[in-house]
Amino acid sequence: MASRPRTLYEKIWDAHVVEMRDDGTALVYIDRHLVHEVTSPQAFEALKVAGRPVRRPELTLAVPDHNLPTTARVDAKGAPVPIADPESAAQLAALEVNAPAFGIRYIPATAKEQGIVHVVGPEQGFSLPGTTIVCGDSHTACHGGLGALAFGIGTSEVEHVLATQTLLLQQSKPMEVRVEGLLGPGVSAKDLILHIIGRIGAAGGSGYVIEYRGAVFEAMSVEERLTVCNMSIEAGARAGLIAPDDVTFAYLKGRPMAPKDSEWDTAVAYWRTLHSDEGAVFAKSVVIDAATVEPSVTWGTSPEDVVPIGGRVPSPADFADESKRVAAQKSLDYMGLTPGTPMTEVPIENVFIGSCTNSRIEDLRAAAAVLKGRRKADNVRWAIVVPGSGLVKAMAEEEGLDRIFTDAGFEWREPGCSACLGMNPDKVPPGERCASTSNRNFVGRQGPGARTHLVSPAMAAAAAVTGRLADVREVV
Amino acid sequence: MQPLTRVEGRAIPLGLKNVDTDIIIPAKWLKTISREGLGAGAFEALRAEPGNVIDDPAYAGSTLLIAGDNFGCGSSREHAAWALGDMGIRVVIAPSFSDIFSGNAVKNGILPVVLPQDAVDRLLEVARAGEPISVDLEHQTVTTPYQDRFTFTLDPFRRHCLLNGLDEVGLTMARGEAIGGFEASRTAAQPWLMRGTAA
Repeated sequence: MASRPRTLYEKIWDAHVVEMRDDGTALVYIDRHLVHEVTSPQAFEALKVAGRPVRRPELTLAVPDHNLPTTARVDAKGAPVPIADPESAAQLAALEVNAPAFGIRYIPATAKEQGIVHVVGPEQGFSLPGTTIVCGDSHTACHGGLGALAFGIGTSEVEHVLATQTLLLQQSKPMEVRVEGLLGPGVSAKDLILHIIGRIGAAGGSGYVIEYRGAVFEAMSVEERLTVCNMSIEAGARAGLIAPDDVTFAYLKGRPMAPKDSEWDTAVAYWRTLHSDEGAVFAKSVVIDAATVEPSVTWGTSPEDVVPIGGRVPSPADFADESKRVAAQKSLDYMGLTPGTPMTEVPIENVFIGSCTNSRIEDLRAAAAVLKGRRKADNVRWAIVVPGSGLVKAMAEEEGLDRIFTDAGFEWREPGCSACLGMNPDKVPPGERCASTSNRNFVGRQGPGARTHLVSPAMAAAAAVTGRLADVREVV
Repeated sequence: MQPLTRVEGRAIPLGLKNVDTDIIIPAKWLKTISREGLGAGAFEALRAEPGNVIDDPAYAGSTLLIAGDNFGCGSSREHAAWALGDMGIRVVIAPSFSDIFSGNAVKNGILPVVLPQDAVDRLLEVARAGEPISVDLEHQTVTTPYQDRFTFTLDPFRRHCLLNGLDEVGLTMARGEAIGGFEASRTAAQPWLMRGTAA
């Protein structure tokens, strides 16, 4: 029987529908579940109260990341250093108890495999193409870089997945973001996704799952694809996807939790079917010319507030929409920026290189390439690098990147979410600016009153060296 | 979960667009292992501004909140829904919501009502006049003392759960046999999918 051409999203969705309810809600099977310390305690508590077990403990992986301090985890004698903040310590303790109590594999804070859930999942081969992956964290969209349908969920849904290995969902609509041509020199995956969000808006993907298509994505490494898909949520999309290919398979082969031996061959044969069919219909399509994408920065407090680095701070009057004018004025007040100021004249006091968006080995290499033999400017008070995992950290140290960073005046830290959301002690002081490789420039995100400018790792390094937002193409 | 059929009361006319969940509840409030008491941290930065709408005594005791486009965008933190619930909010009206937030809201007995921008603008006016707004989930209507009447839709499953205060986990656990059948066929055809951390 000839079937209707389907998008990649529809193929993965169809393969996971356990049953349809009469009202159109689908019961969808979840293949992989990542759990961290902040959004899980209430879910485990609810299971305990109701006497419900975890249905498939081997399909969940637990690792703490959100509020761990990024300072040394063990003391000189090798003993674990307790977390000073009692609330964070209580959350960590809850996960340490809950995971084994429910039979879930737990990676402790002191293990070399520990890291940000969205770095650990792909790195361990736990995240695989064509799977459904969820986590109580909106940046779960990240794993779409492997061709997985991955999305963030709330704590009630964490409980639902633990108890039933399924979720009750409404199908989203497939959306295509097609980028034609290739990126120019000095323009990264991060610049491209910031550009896309600036173009379609913070709600432009609402109700959709985005598939990124075009030669530019095919030419990307898995790390770059993870960066792109990671920020799909900042465009309001539930998830982002890039079709898996030989690059994906080469990345996954031999990873600890990836299929092995003959199962590997079966898996790859299946994964090769995971692409949108010729003639598949997208409910919405956006086409972008890669040649128009420049190194990008944000000026405001929504990830849609994007300008090229050569641009200027906009004026509220530039926006046609009344509510956007109001929002822009509030953003400018919060950010302490004057319309018309060239972005390259904005001084920077803090630099953060890290987060699930940009803390993988390639990100650290890109930043180090700019910093090599240079030092941060005197007005840059605080500059830190937080690797995405202990394995990334070890690899970077083997390559000598840590010394490039410390020689440049950066602090070299332990893995975690860190200053992306400032739940741990890593915060940007009120009123100060940060060139940050993270994903959100929301009011107070990096600390109360902190002013965030989202950039790529290379651009963060360029800002550190010049002490202001800078075009990396003019620095190197 | 507390069932929700009809809510009538004053509304906080917030009106802003892209109200992210960091605005609703900042990260420092997430360091809790309970769902309770988060109302104290709701809209913390906004409330630090003198004359802010959240603490305006004219809207004290409001059970509704009216906002702009893309309400609840950003982080998946269900703490945002818990915080609103703890403030006494049972209905949020906006032109659009983030997907994750609207799911979290319904699971906590909070109704997200999607209405066109002009209807939202009108309701903001009514709220600012201190008049009550009435939301009826059974008939999917929003009405005001000025004879305004707007209709909205909510997907039937979410509506059913809200109207009856149903626990989704319990509903799905009752489908254990269907889930087991699905798992058995996967284990046979694609065993590597079912190995997970045991690979």
